[in-house]
Amino acid sequence: MNIHEYQAKEIFRKYNVPVPQGRVAFTVDEAVEAAKELGGKLWVVKAQIHAGGRGLGGGVKLAKSIDEVREWADKILGMTLVTHQTGPEGKVVHKVYIEEGADIAKEYYLGMLLDRAAEMPVMMASTEGGMEIEKVAAETPEKIVKVNIDPTIGFQGFHGRKLAFGLGLPKEEVGTFIKFASALYNAYMDNDAEMVEINPLIKTGDGKFLALDAKMGFDDNALYRHPDISEMRDLEEEEPTELEAKAHGLSYIKLDGNVGCMVNGAGLAMATMDIIKHEGGEPANFLDVGGGANPETVAKGFEIILKDPNVKAIFVNIFGGIVRCDRVANGILEATKITDVTVPVIVRLDGTNAEEAAEILRNANIENIIAAENLSDGARKAVAAAKGEL
Amino acid sequence: MSILVNKDTKVIVQGFTGKEGTFHASQCIDYGTKIVGGVTPGKGGQEHLGRPVFNTVAEAVETTGATVSMIFVPPAFVADAVMEAAEAGIELAVIITEGAPVRDMMYAKMYATKKGMSTIGPNCPGIITAEECKIGIMPGMIFKKGNVGLISKSGTLTYEASHQVVQEGFGITTAVGIGGDPIIGLSYKQLLPMFEADPETEAIVMIGEIGGDLEIQAAAYIKENISKPVVAFIAGQTAPKGKRMGHAGAIISGGSGTAAEKMAALEAAGVKVVVSPAEIGKAVKEVLSK
Repeated sequence: MNIHEYQAKEIFRKYNVPVPQGRVAFTVDEAVEAAKELGGKLWVVKAQIHAGGRGLGGGVKLAKSIDEVREWADKILGMTLVTHQTGPEGKVVHKVYIEEGADIAKEYYLGMLLDRAAEMPVMMASTEGGMEIEKVAAETPEKIVKVNIDPTIGFQGFHGRKLAFGLGLPKEEVGTFIKFASALYNAYMDNDAEMVEINPLIKTGDGKFLALDAKMGFDDNALYRHPDISEMRDLEEEEPTELEAKAHGLSYIKLDGNVGCMVNGAGLAMATMDIIKHEGGEPANFLDVGGGANPETVAKGFEIILKDPNVKAIFVNIFGGIVRCDRVANGILEATKITDVTVPVIVRLDGTNAEEAAEILRNANIENIIAAENLSDGARKAVAAAKGEL
Repeated sequence: MSILVNKDTKVIVQGFTGKEGTFHASQCIDYGTKIVGGVTPGKGGQEHLGRPVFNTVAEAVETTGATVSMIFVPPAFVADAVMEAAEAGIELAVIITEGAPVRDMMYAKMYATKKGMSTIGPNCPGIITAEECKIGIMPGMIFKKGNVGLISKSGTLTYEASHQVVQEGFGITTAVGIGGDPIIGLSYKQLLPMFEADPETEAIVMIGEIGGDLEIQAAAYIKENISKPVVAFIAGQTAPKGKRMGHAGAIISGGSGTAAEKMAALEAAGVKVVVSPAEIGKAVKEVLSK
């Protein structure tokens, strides 16, 4: 689960990670009020969406007067912001963050995530603040300093020194930096974060470090023990169909093709997308209906897949194990009674009692339900059906 | 022969009396697995599925001599259960539970390693030595005895692969579902040498997916150390970047962990990589008839 910049900064404040003063605003008037409360002569109006690249997309603006705060808040609130991370359709901005202007002497990058190979967190810092870290990693990897932090000993001074000296900080700034990085480590670990990113981390004219931006993502499996973080979930930032699927125990991701896929198991679901492509088609989605594949979940699966008007055929690929294929076949027939399925459905059932299942589907004699003999036959038929060639 | 488990392996079940634990433990018993007891704190002294229930893993190990534990406890208690098993001297913990927090698994695996206990999973179908011992939730009848070792991150793809191998007239020695979480126990790199050393295993199938670099590590290992033929399939060739594809660890982050890079690394290591998941069985037949 991801959160907004203003929420991440709330967490930072709680953990003594220094951030500039700021207020979130949902309306233009609130934005103006926030700027007045903050005082000063310089403010930044920042669009709050779950995507990077907001500045380049026109979602971050500097205001030199209260009138300019009003002007920019009015422009940004309600705008559709398109960045390299939102996709071409962009995201509508529902809130802005009003922040005091900062005196930037130098920009850095500081981030943390799980190093899967080391099986412990890694903290990364770079002198290339403001640039996308993936780009820095690809083009100038020597400009990134990394340190693995064994959670059984926690963040130690030597971790901080490796990063600070790696960034080329003068020795009088090393202590301040270590304090900053250590606070960030605590914010990450305590909250079961899966990533935290400060880009840019700035050094001010008077030698202080400040998180000018803040991004955090959390381990969904650990949210149960962080009710305060769960409350930060912004459903407007999430794909509605994916949310609906999740509420019914299905895992769904929309793609751009026209062959709908319904599969049991995540690995087989990915493999099904792959074989559709291999046979010359394009998958419309990833959908894992889980191990059970009972009539209700299958019906819901059909309903969700058919919300996408591009879908011209559906490939149901179920490998029956402990849940027998004959039961799944009956489930599919039941499901077509619950949800009106208007496109051809190619069904491949293999595993336990596959022959009985094929018999059930044949006897049902429903025109748009087509039984497949095996995995490749099913994929081939589904691709042909989507092209109107079956 | 086989790897890790066989007909003599003594197994206890943590989370024995729960719904999942009960159902799958009884399926394992039917398969022939030596389930010698189980652990449910507070139910010690009772009998369940004709086996004794213990309050602690230590008591269960002491009384039954079990060396393997199959773990079904809810996600919030997985780390505790794994560490208890490690403390009690269990040699291998097979963690079936889905949804354990990453931070918990990080600590649990570190402790297990310190105590010399191996783990499989979490969020996996388990391990099966065909026609001898099933420790997990896989449908046993799909795994006919044979000469192919199987290592897979995905449950249903494991069944699919085994089914294809059997349809081609071969069978399985041992199949291990290693799970698709960001932190897992035994992986390709630890399992490959076991299959290499197992005289009955003549070919190895590995099923990978997007995310992380375990398959890349495996490729480097295979190139230097594995003489038996290896067939591989990597799921998620068409997966979009930055999206979590069902498994917690199946995500292409920052452009790395793609299927393409894993397939290329494996191919360069001399592995027979199939593009279509329907070709796994045929590829096994091909490498075994050489």
